[in-house]
Amino acid sequence: MIQIDCPLCGLRDEREFTWGGEAHICRPENPDTVGDEEWGSYLFMRQNPRGNHRERWCHSYGCNQWFNLIRDTVSHKITSIYPIDQLAPESGDDNE
Amino acid sequence: MHRHSILSIAKHALTGHRHWPQFWRTPAPQSHYDVVIVGGGGHGLATAYYLAKEHGICNVAVLEKGWLGGGNTGRNTAIIRSNYLNPVSTRFYDLSLKLYEGLSQELNYNIMFSQRGVVNIAHSRAQLRMMNYRVNALQHAGIEAEMLSIEELKFLMPLLRENSPSGRQTFGGFIQRRGGTARHDAVAWGYARAADALGVDIIQNCEVTGFNQSNGEVVGVQTSQGEIKTSRVGLAVAGHSSELATKLGFRLPITSMALQAMVSEPVKPVLDVVLDGTIYVSQSDRGELVLGGGTDVYNSYAQRGNLPRVENNMSELLDLFPAFSRLKFMRQWAGTVDTTPDSSPIMGHSPVEGVYLNCGWGTYGFKAIPAGGLTFADTIANGRPHPLIDAFSLQRFTSGALIDEGDSSGMDDKEALL
Repeated sequence: MIQIDCPLCGLRDEREFTWGGEAHICRPENPDTVGDEEWGSYLFMRQNPRGNHRERWCHSYGCNQWFNLIRDTVSHKITSIYPIDQLAPESGDDNE
Repeated sequence: MHRHSILSIAKHALTGHRHWPQFWRTPAPQSHYDVVIVGGGGHGLATAYYLAKEHGICNVAVLEKGWLGGGNTGRNTAIIRSNYLNPVSTRFYDLSLKLYEGLSQELNYNIMFSQRGVVNIAHSRAQLRMMNYRVNALQHAGIEAEMLSIEELKFLMPLLRENSPSGRQTFGGFIQRRGGTARHDAVAWGYARAADALGVDIIQNCEVTGFNQSNGEVVGVQTSQGEIKTSRVGLAVAGHSSELATKLGFRLPITSMALQAMVSEPVKPVLDVVLDGTIYVSQSDRGELVLGGGTDVYNSYAQRGNLPRVENNMSELLDLFPAFSRLKFMRQWAGTVDTTPDSSPIMGHSPVEGVYLNCGWGTYGFKAIPAGGLTFADTIANGRPHPLIDAFSLQRFTSGALIDEGDSSGMDDKEALL
């Protein structure tokens, strides 16, 4: 069982949360001018790292707010939790 | 190869079973192979076997990071069926089922394939309509499948509760009678033994740490046991495909998830079909109930599952079969499955010349082992996708020609639960 420290509600069990997948995926600014390759990459291609993963979570059964965090996909240890509109802290970029 | 027969069993029985030969050698890697297969699970071993048998390519190495069949091949619930929806899928999975039917003879190794029938239950009218649609599609494709009434369901599963206090009703279902289960370890061991006999080197405890490329072509692999030169590499590493893709410089549309399974204490025969629905459950030859459900709800490389999914699987099981409430569960584990956006596999060319993909098997890889191995071997041997797997190319995530099997793979309704 993962416990997640919701920025608004504090430490809660993973049951209360919804996982939202990889964070910081940017929709191409002008979809009409983007080729199939780039559009497919935006829709489907994922980092899927073994190690630190920057991802989105929503506290569905609490404050219902989205936020980002960095979680190790092997140990599930959460090293950083930060607002949805912020760039990732440096430590999360080691998979790039 | 030491042939198994009633005579050989009698002979070894008389000598106290002390002289059975090793099933396969434990060779050190050579410096060069015609083909290197990464991943010593069912798909990798089957590919090596068919490369040697069908294409005469025997200078093949299978590199396995851990032990043979220790990944998803040894962690699944061993269900075999071909009741998919799209023609490209049903053709492929039915070839696999047919190969399974003859596999014990083919490999001279008993894989204990038990065609006890796979039953799906509908808990809403919408599900029942979807099943009708699937059964029609299957019959059109020449694959037997038939709708079941509630009475027929209760005849097949006397312990099934039709309407549960949680409000769940049963509306009907369908069965594929040729479906069933097999001994999953035996599939890996049988292919390994047969491939080894044809000259394939199976190298365990050998992790691939990198690839050597020259002008966009693969020329070798770096391993924990040294470098190996090769011009053709087949990747069959399931949940770890993204890691190897990163080493090769491309990305895959794969999310690695934990898929759990668990077994109960053994009891007398209580369930003689495979039930496939919000959970899937069957009774093993030893009498244990073998139970699985959907994946955990976030990506994971930990080969263990989380508690909410265990509780969910249990409550689903007891909702269907209240009689099982006194059973103790003995073991629980998880495999790292490589899920794709459309619940169909990715096979064929990769962006790197000479590297071929066999991944994206998600929650449905075990049933696909024989056909996956046969078509992947053909793809590597001829340098072009086998016609049966052409539609499963990585390219479909650019072209948009997805093959949605979310319903048939069970991903849709299982995800909807949490």
